[in-house]
Amino acid sequence: MSNSGFTTVTATSPPLPGRRAELISTAASSAAKLFESFFEWFGNLGIFSWKVLCAAVTPPYEWRELIRQLDEVGSKSFPVVVMAGSAIGVIISLEARYSLSRFGAKSMFPSTLVYSVIQVMGPIITGLVVSGRVGAGIGAELASMKVTEQIDAIEASAINPYRLLATTRIMACILMLPLLTLVSDACGLLMGWFAQTLADPLSFHQFIQDGFKGATFNSFLPQTFKTSVYGLIIGLIACFQGMRTRGGAEGVGRAATNSVVLASLFVILADVVLVKFILIVFP
Amino acid sequence: MATANDITMKQERSEEGGSAPVVAVANLRKTFGNHIVLNGISLSVNRGETLAVLGRSGTGKSVLLRIIIGLETPDSGSVCIHGQNIVSLALDQMGIIRKKMGFLFQHAALYDSLTVAENVAFPLVHHRKDMSRSERSERVKLLLAEVGMDGNLSKMPSDISGGMQKRVGLARALALEPEILLLDEPTAGLDPISSGEIDDLILKLQRERKMASIVVTHDLHSARTIANRLALLDQGKVVIEGTFEDLQQSEIGFVEDFLKLS
Repeated sequence: MSNSGFTTVTATSPPLPGRRAELISTAASSAAKLFESFFEWFGNLGIFSWKVLCAAVTPPYEWRELIRQLDEVGSKSFPVVVMAGSAIGVIISLEARYSLSRFGAKSMFPSTLVYSVIQVMGPIITGLVVSGRVGAGIGAELASMKVTEQIDAIEASAINPYRLLATTRIMACILMLPLLTLVSDACGLLMGWFAQTLADPLSFHQFIQDGFKGATFNSFLPQTFKTSVYGLIIGLIACFQGMRTRGGAEGVGRAATNSVVLASLFVILADVVLVKFILIVFP
Repeated sequence: MATANDITMKQERSEEGGSAPVVAVANLRKTFGNHIVLNGISLSVNRGETLAVLGRSGTGKSVLLRIIIGLETPDSGSVCIHGQNIVSLALDQMGIIRKKMGFLFQHAALYDSLTVAENVAFPLVHHRKDMSRSERSERVKLLLAEVGMDGNLSKMPSDISGGMQKRVGLARALALEPEILLLDEPTAGLDPISSGEIDDLILKLQRERKMASIVVTHDLHSARTIANRLALLDQGKVVIEGTFEDLQQSEIGFVEDFLKLS
């Protein structure tokens, strides 16, 4: 039995170098396909961005839909941003108090909290929270409209879907992200101070005075307004993923997931570039 | 590239002349990957005329309609609306042509976050800025009454039946008073009574509005009722085009089989 089995394997299998070549060829072809789809995705994103840009700068402007989207992106993200910002403030406060106490630098607590929240954590946490809530929402909504031919129906009604659906959502994200970041920063500072005060009482006036000592507009404004770039990324990727969806409910789910994952990833990558850029331009 | 004014002027000239067909497609080819969907289709429709496009599933009937309204781009061939070739027009230029067209999608494609009335008002809100809110509301009521849906203004699309959704889709397609009506399977998935009602509705609209209509359908009975001419598609080509009697008299095997089995 074992003999016959052994004979069969050696008779039908190609010689080892041949199998290796086949394996290498398969791996190379998979890598080529991956490479091709990577560039195809960026190419399609470029074409999509161009169409959105053309729609954004030519009338008619969809003011009513823009206001609806400002509400959708801004007001409806408000509670989650408040909670995330507050939590970040408390976490930084607890960590900073412990670390600064070890080094005998408790007096630096206010400025540590202010700079950590406004320069670092506030913008990125707001970007990630909004990319989760709004990215998934836009991706799923547009994907669902795409698979049920509602986007085709908009186009068939002589309405530019890039203008009505994409431009308004992207603009809403660009405009709302800095405002939501300010909200997140304010909550972070307030809750950070509150957490500190419970352990070691400090007047809010004193906290603000010490925290912002020596600070200029350049210390905080570029960090806050860089979130407009996050908004552009979140809106663009979510609209792109949604409007190119195919394949029913599964496609809708995939579009929502991809919107969140890609938007979050690109927000973090953009932050790397923006931090360096801001350090160079606003030293 | 044609400008918006060029397009409007050509349309006006064509309408004044009145001799050219409202819709004319010539040598249309469309492939998806290796699959040839349309392989040199040529058809035309005049004002007040209804052409029914019949054929088996997957023969490219819906693709033909989508190409005519510019939702798909053909690989080759031309689509002329009022004598103007619309293939490769930019989106905003295509918009000018699309205002003259009404399209009923196979599954109605109503906006699921809007009510029935808002769905019908949607094209009016975007294209008839001259209309006041009350005028628009009045027009929506009239359109819905025309399709027998006047009691369902505030319902959501998910709350009404498939046949009702088609009626609302038809009202939306008629909102801008189109010269060309494209209907994709208007009676598919409906019971015989609802199908008959939709057919009667289409006949009534054609009598009153004198539109050029193209109806894609599997339903031979419906096609015979509403169309002046029928075109039978197979493997991406027009097998036969003519009246129902022409089809009956045809000795082409596919035509005989189609009529026998329908």
